[in-house]
Amino acid sequence: MTPSATPSHRVLPPLPPVLRELVARLPVHPPSHLLALALERVLRPRLPADAAARLAGHAVDIEVRDFGLRCRVTLRDGHFRSAPASGPATLRIAADAASYLRLLRGDDDADRLFFERALVMEGDTEYGLLLKNTLDAIGPLLHWPLRRA
Amino acid sequence: MTSSPAASHVASPRPPRLVCPAGSLRALTLAIDAGADAVYIGLKDATNARNFAGLNFDIAQAREGIAHAHALGREVLMALNTFADAHAPQRWWRAVDAAAGLGVDALICADTAVLAYARDHHPQLRLHLSVQASATTWEAIEFYRERYGIRRAVLPRVLTLAQVEQLCRHSSVEIEVFGFGSLCVMVEGRCALSSYVTGQSPNTAGVCSPPSAVRWTDGADGVDARLNGVLIDRYAPDEARGYPTLCKGRFDVEGTRDYALEEPTSLNTLSLLPRLTAMGVAAIKIEGRQRSPAYVEQVTRVWRAAIDACAAQPARFSVQPQWTTTLGRWSEGQQHTLGAYDRPWR
Ligand code: SF4
Repeated sequence: MTPSATPSHRVLPPLPPVLRELVARLPVHPPSHLLALALERVLRPRLPADAAARLAGHAVDIEVRDFGLRCRVTLRDGHFRSAPASGPATLRIAADAASYLRLLRGDDDADRLFFERALVMEGDTEYGLLLKNTLDAIGPLLHWPLRRA
Repeated sequence: MTSSPAASHVASPRPPRLVCPAGSLRALTLAIDAGADAVYIGLKDATNARNFAGLNFDIAQAREGIAHAHALGREVLMALNTFADAHAPQRWWRAVDAAAGLGVDALICADTAVLAYARDHHPQLRLHLSVQASATTWEAIEFYRERYGIRRAVLPRVLTLAQVEQLCRHSSVEIEVFGFGSLCVMVEGRCALSSYVTGQSPNTAGVCSPPSAVRWTDGADGVDARLNGVLIDRYAPDEARGYPTLCKGRFDVEGTRDYALEEPTSLNTLSLLPRLTAMGVAAIKIEGRQRSPAYVEQVTRVWRAAIDACAAQPARFSVQPQWTTTLGRWSEGQQHTLGAYDRPWR
């Protein structure tokens, strides 16, 4: 048996601790709202109707660990919206910004990051899998920063 | 012992075909573009053994994928490899009809009822025996050929290299073996571990350890992985994790807590490629319809390069370090093994 772990490539510099603390102190609502707006723009037009119907009505917590950022979004009435911070979420996803970026660019695999503990998923596993498979089928949501040749 | 039929393909120097997984149209396209000779896909229902939410193809997606593959001279195989539900077998018959209508290059089946339906209603359709049928001897495979006209059999991941060789020598149908991916250590199709804990198994519901039964909980001691409430493993905060299947759990056995059956690891047989080719193995299968398109693309690229290198100069073939690095990166538990091909115990 050959252990052959390779760390994820860093694609973003870590956030300075002062800034990180500041971001962590922000209320959940504004970042959630921004994330919902971004998803509405990039994801919603590409989301198949059957997947949208199955994903709707659940709150998902998304944490960017190295930025100390926490958002809660939901898909309701066909639109992404920020969700109230109170009460439990159906799913909690936590990872560093670099991991999210690699996933959004289609460079990585959620399973691999999960095995490596670079991505944490808690809550309704089936919902998480539906989300993962839906995003995988759609393909990269982001093409930034551009790949080096 | 009965004598085996003539094995026409044994002496063939033809390199094994590379058969890659596709859980989505995007994965199919990337696999084909990365050099897969064939991809295997499933429909969005319980007729295939990777029936996960959000995965697989509807008819329109399957049609588009098949058109893309055929335009480049590659094949699409349709997995219809669960066992027909006695209450409503029509669903499986309709899936066979749909696959035939789509023009797939072969059906991968396990259930004799599904094989018989395909043989009777679509005699022109090529049939492959799924790993889920768990045929481990050439005699068993020969039975499926005589009875249902199968043209290829996928071997369970439990045979030694010597056993695979013996089987290739005697079989008159093509032999496909697993080359890379998560390991299922049982004779597939005969494992009751998932049924025991969750009531669902690959053969009945198309899933082992269904995600609806999986719960991950972060606690002070680490992360608990539970399957239908049963604690399968507890991972230290920085420890690599695997899928919570009962076979890969850690349990207290006579005072020692360890993997009782198998570790979370991936099969990787790159180093066996020259021997598998020499034996006349017709196709090498990559596991992972549930994995991302990025996994499919990168694993396909490595295997394409390896099969081409082996075909060009079999005697000088050596596993390139960058292949090992790439495959290691995509492995479950970031480890790989030759599995049963060189395991001392059976
Ligand atoms: S429990 Fe393990 S051995 Fe059994 S079917 Fe699932 S993966 Fe295979």
